[in-house]
Amino acid sequence: MGKDDKTRGRARAVREPAAQPARLVVRKTYKLYVKGAFPRSESGRSYPVTSPDGRHLANAALASRKDARDAVVAARAAFAGWVGRTAYNRGQILYRVAEMLEGRRAQFVDEVAAATGGDRRSAETAVDAAVDRWVHYAGWSDKIAQVAGAANPVSGPYFNLSTPEPSGVVAVLAPQDDPLLGFVSVVAPVIATGNTAVVVASEERPLPAITLAEVLATSDLPGGVVNILTGRTAELAPTLAAHADVNGLDLTGAGGLAAELEQSAAATLKRVMRPRPAPDWAAKPPIERMTRFLETKTVWHPIGV
Amino acid sequence: MADEIFEYAPAPESRAVVSLRSSYDLFIDGEFTPASGEERITTLNPADEEPLAEVAVASEADIDRAVRAARRAFEEVWGPMPGAERGKYLFRISRIIQERARELAVLETLDNGKPIKETRDVDIPLAAAHFFYHAGWADKLEHAGLGPAPRPLGVAAQVIPWNFPLLMLAWKIAPALATGNTVVLKPAETTPLTALLFAEICQEAGLPPGVVNIVTGAASTGRALVAHPGTDKVAFTGSTAVGREIARTVAGTDRRLTLELGGKGANIVYDDAAIDQAVEGVVTGIFFNQGHVCCAGSRLLVQESVAEEFLPRLRARIERLRVGDPLDKNTDVGAINSAAQLARIRDLAATGEQEGATAWSPACDLPERGYWFAPTVFTGVSQAHRVAREEIFGPVLSVLTFRTPEEAVLKANNTPYGLSAGVWTEKGSRMLWTANRLRAGVVWSNTFNKFDPASPFGGYKESGYGREGGRHGLEAYLDG
Repeated sequence: MGKDDKTRGRARAVREPAAQPARLVVRKTYKLYVKGAFPRSESGRSYPVTSPDGRHLANAALASRKDARDAVVAARAAFAGWVGRTAYNRGQILYRVAEMLEGRRAQFVDEVAAATGGDRRSAETAVDAAVDRWVHYAGWSDKIAQVAGAANPVSGPYFNLSTPEPSGVVAVLAPQDDPLLGFVSVVAPVIATGNTAVVVASEERPLPAITLAEVLATSDLPGGVVNILTGRTAELAPTLAAHADVNGLDLTGAGGLAAELEQSAAATLKRVMRPRPAPDWAAKPPIERMTRFLETKTVWHPIGV
Repeated sequence: MADEIFEYAPAPESRAVVSLRSSYDLFIDGEFTPASGEERITTLNPADEEPLAEVAVASEADIDRAVRAARRAFEEVWGPMPGAERGKYLFRISRIIQERARELAVLETLDNGKPIKETRDVDIPLAAAHFFYHAGWADKLEHAGLGPAPRPLGVAAQVIPWNFPLLMLAWKIAPALATGNTVVLKPAETTPLTALLFAEICQEAGLPPGVVNIVTGAASTGRALVAHPGTDKVAFTGSTAVGREIARTVAGTDRRLTLELGGKGANIVYDDAAIDQAVEGVVTGIFFNQGHVCCAGSRLLVQESVAEEFLPRLRARIERLRVGDPLDKNTDVGAINSAAQLARIRDLAATGEQEGATAWSPACDLPERGYWFAPTVFTGVSQAHRVAREEIFGPVLSVLTFRTPEEAVLKANNTPYGLSAGVWTEKGSRMLWTANRLRAGVVWSNTFNKFDPASPFGGYKESGYGREGGRHGLEAYLDG
């Protein structure tokens, strides 16, 4: 996006000197990311995304409740395959995401700077941290069972083993302020352990998430493991909170809707992560980001000859 | 065949070991204290409908008093106390439960209706074991995997069901106290007596006042307790419907919540299973505690190729179950806990027949007084039948069949619940393949209904969240 900043906005493009045969920049259409593909909203709607200083950046898809339900179907369909991968394989794929993101570092620095209105230096720091976060969780996928599991010394002749398993489909309301590092920090822990996700991107700053979808799509991450919706959090979140085929709900980006959404999620007994006040996305993440969306399965078997 | 060899003679356990008071007050701040209102509940022996005792009904004001006592105890005594000292109180409680085990077992059987064989051999020993296990954690919490200095939450509001009254109390109170929290616990409306005897045990152990508070009552008391803003944590075991209501109540607050709710467990019998063992396991899975078990194996999934061999043997085994006087040491299946539960079981069983499934029960004489329901097996059941979908919480088994392991797993997981499952096969790789795919918190393979304080217990999906028991259970009462 950075390269076409100079020509963005029709008014400015018209004022370019006619004598200069500048090549017309090909702009990107920002769409949703569902089931490994990039559809427009089924509603046909879009909304303008602007930088904090009011510059028009792009039109993003304005996802509908139907898009949210379609994304849940895609996430559910992808779950058995993703949880069935070995933890090592999931780790390799998450590391591949880090590789792909690193390779497009400059592009993401531009996008993050444009979305947040911050300087390039802080955008660079955020992108580097986002790459490192994928690496961090790539290493978690085959450790979490040893850290969160247990062999239990029951008082009888039984083998007794507890292992963590993913809850299933997790709906994630990504943080509103931090469009890349914050987004990665809530999505990577959910899928590292084998869940699949439907993520509602930052409402005002959705573009880096959709560009990240291009990274995910080229990292051998199976389609449907991460589905990304852009649009109004207040429109999409209630559908996800009430959806009977969603097992977990991360309310990080819910803002003032959090209590109401948690009440709605109670009807289907979802695992809920409540929003924390002023999270520091640069800090080392707590293990709760993973364990909140894990179940413990305990298997018993008699010991005998 | 056995009938021709000998008849059982009655072998009743004596009631003399229990001395009941006619009426019980609330246990708040270390003392039995009258409730603010006049309302009382009479608790019955479900085996003969005779009243056992009256208990107080705690009002909102009483709950508030109990929560304030618990808060004071948390801030002034229990929270600051070194873990090793807390642990010694719990060890002491565990020992007293063991010493008074027979008294507790008889009282539990009187109040609940379950066979003395079970209270004596399962409920009470496990309750003592729970306190003993958690006592040892109290000074080792930094090794629980929750950070270098995990902190207690404060005051825990705990509501427990009637199916394992003292054992569920132990599951709630032992981890809460070991981690430095104080509690206000409400036992079930129909089974308050062992909790009140436990209050006496707390006094006998010299437990500081306010650390454990027991408030009796019905649904409104429970509602007031879980809604009390002065509590930091809610722990509930009971029905999924009530669990949803509690989750809604707690939503939007800073209070923590764990729920252990209903189930519709599948017991999968493969064609290579050791048939006699599997028959025993299926019988235990559904008829243990009259089927009043959230993790009961209420759906039998038997592989089609062995169904014709398996089902007659299952019926033959069920014909040998002895249904009757819970205090008789020979009894396998006791009384249904309440008239209301009996009505629910009858209603769902009637629906099973209306929907076209075939019911079978052994010929057995049921006592004239009390609440009784004969062991029942439904065959010809489809996944759409209510008896295959809804938790009956009674001695009713629904039989379905499958052809392939994939089909078995699909059918087992085809429920909004996810508490327990069973797998019966002699092939280790098939067992592990199946166990990996079952969406249930506890998988018993070649066994069923086994419990241990070191082993985490709890559900997937709408069977609730959080674990009880083991290192995992501590997380529900600590902030990392």
